[in-house]
Amino acid sequence: MKLRDMTELAVRNLREAMLRNSLTTLGVAVGVASLVAMLSLGVGLQQLATSRLSKSGLFDSIFVTAKTNLRGPGAGPPATRVAAPKSRPLDEAARAAFAKLPNVIEVYPQIRFFTEVRFDGKPFATMVAGMPESSKASGSFDGMQGNFFSSANADEAILQAEFAKELNPQTASLIGKDLVLRYAERQALAATDGSNQGGGFSVVPKEKHLRIIGVVETEPASGFGGFGSGRLLIPLTVAETLRAAQVNDLRDVLRDSAGDKPVYASLTVRVKSASLVEATEAKIKEMGFGAFSLLDASKSLRIFFSVFDLLLGIFGSLALAVATLGIINTLVMAILERRREIGVLKALGAADGDVKQLFFVEAGVMGLAGGVFGVFFGWLIGRTLTLGTNIYLKRQDLPGVEISAVPWWLIGGAIGFAVVVSLVAGLYPASRAARLNPVDALRYE
Amino acid sequence: MAPTTDLDTNAAFQLEHVCRHYAMGETSIRAVDDVSLMVPTGEFLALLGSSGSGKSTLLNLMAGLDRPTSGSIAGAGRNLAKLSSLELARYRRETVGMVFQSFNLLPRMTLEENVELPLRLAEVERGERAARVREALEHVRLTKRMGHRPSELSGGEQQRTAIARALVNRPKILLADEPTGNLDSATGEAIMNLLREIQSNLGMTIVMVTHERPLAERFADRLATMGDGKLLSTAATEAAIQDSAEVRP
Repeated sequence: MKLRDMTELAVRNLREAMLRNSLTTLGVAVGVASLVAMLSLGVGLQQLATSRLSKSGLFDSIFVTAKTNLRGPGAGPPATRVAAPKSRPLDEAARAAFAKLPNVIEVYPQIRFFTEVRFDGKPFATMVAGMPESSKASGSFDGMQGNFFSSANADEAILQAEFAKELNPQTASLIGKDLVLRYAERQALAATDGSNQGGGFSVVPKEKHLRIIGVVETEPASGFGGFGSGRLLIPLTVAETLRAAQVNDLRDVLRDSAGDKPVYASLTVRVKSASLVEATEAKIKEMGFGAFSLLDASKSLRIFFSVFDLLLGIFGSLALAVATLGIINTLVMAILERRREIGVLKALGAADGDVKQLFFVEAGVMGLAGGVFGVFFGWLIGRTLTLGTNIYLKRQDLPGVEISAVPWWLIGGAIGFAVVVSLVAGLYPASRAARLNPVDALRYE
Repeated sequence: MAPTTDLDTNAAFQLEHVCRHYAMGETSIRAVDDVSLMVPTGEFLALLGSSGSGKSTLLNLMAGLDRPTSGSIAGAGRNLAKLSSLELARYRRETVGMVFQSFNLLPRMTLEENVELPLRLAEVERGERAARVREALEHVRLTKRMGHRPSELSGGEQQRTAIARALVNRPKILLADEPTGNLDSATGEAIMNLLREIQSNLGMTIVMVTHERPLAERFADRLATMGDGKLLSTAATEAAIQDSAEVRP
């Protein structure tokens, strides 16, 4: 029999026992919905994590430090020691060299320093961090109170929420007010022995008036350089012009590099995409600098989500496994009820294969219908969970997120899986129907 | 599917020492026991016998619904015992048409759809089907009831529909298993008239199982009587003898 005729007959047969077949199809739909809902959560959470992380700049960034030659104890008596070669300083020349590397889009220093802030006549000790313009896209400033810096040179400050609460529990009222940043400016001293080496630096107290323009939950990539989280954020350009004394300054004096030119504790090199990190990192290392990235962490994340999706898929499939039993039961019942009909079909010339295919198509149609409805229900569950999560987040004054996603591959895969599972479930009933002896079947009342 | 060499090419059926035994526990039931019979093309043969005599089993063997335990059955020149199940299905589809006592129409289908079913199985093109269904229904004079379901038809109409379904693939042989068994005598007679008409108009061979000897004697050409699985006798009917006498100069 032709497939079109077969399908027409199958649909007609399914319509005859409408309630039973609808319930069986609903069983398949529930199974598929459970699978789709689980996987949509897995996919959604993966997309959320990946987009957050890629926006944070952690995975397309290389963190560069000056190479240090650490000589541990037991390196031999002083007479046998060979002087360690001088490491290349992480200075302006190095910064320019990094910026010229292919695929590099940005190079900026990590500027963080402890200082005192005066607000409303009271002093507050805190850590200041310079923020590059690109950090606006990191996602950390989404949903912040107030605004991001109006320009790279603006005398503006964004407060970290906890620090803002110390200043005033009503954080929103801080926006638009001024504070005074008191910091130690580093001024280079000339060499006393007439050599061309740096003669150290002096520290001069300075003040800077800043306007509070925003309050943010956390600093992006907070404390990644190992210097702790910045609680008062200022534009990076402003931070660089302050020439504030930093934690590595004392080390620079000992290395004779405490001259007038700035030497950075670390530089962040951002490349166009995460895939370019490895090659660029290798080049920087070849240039004689220490460099590391979070590429390995990104790979681990992908592995984690693959396993996570697999587990969700397995749990989601359990309901579908139960649904297959429903299909088998329905079709076996149909064979018993339609035994005589099978006999008539065979008497009229239906081959065993025709009967088998008819039951197969019936199983496939139930699987297809269940798959389509299941994908819709699964999507609906995902949307409902996203809605519920966003309502909760809104109550916590947090920005909304998309925790579920139903990509095309999941739609196609789930429907295909439902059809395949249904066909497998139909294998036994179809074979049983095909094997029926037509004489016995015709005699059946 | 090649025909056996020693078959009578003029025979619709040629049965040689056909046996069909069933095992029931440790005992063997000889439903059909060493039956040899030749049915010439165009004959109307009635298989008579009491219940359990083996006449329906023999008809099922001739229809290719069952296989003999031993012996050979040639149907339209093909040895059915040697056909594969796929070839048997094709034989049932193309060579024979079957009519049953309980009509066996599919209740959820209309009369038209029931008659169309063998055409679907034979993969006849859709465009041709409607004409073939109408032609078959014209033979049984039921074209006005095409859209009705079996439950909306009388017993006689249902049996006529079953006959139309059996004819729609234009088979050479019609096999009928007690076609009047569920009908009153007047309707039964009408069905027998219809079968006789089809036989003479279309030149078909008809093998009919019945236990109604008077009807068989009136309409069939020959009677074959069975008892305990054996063929007890075959004899031309009075009607056939009279017909042939009228034909003789």
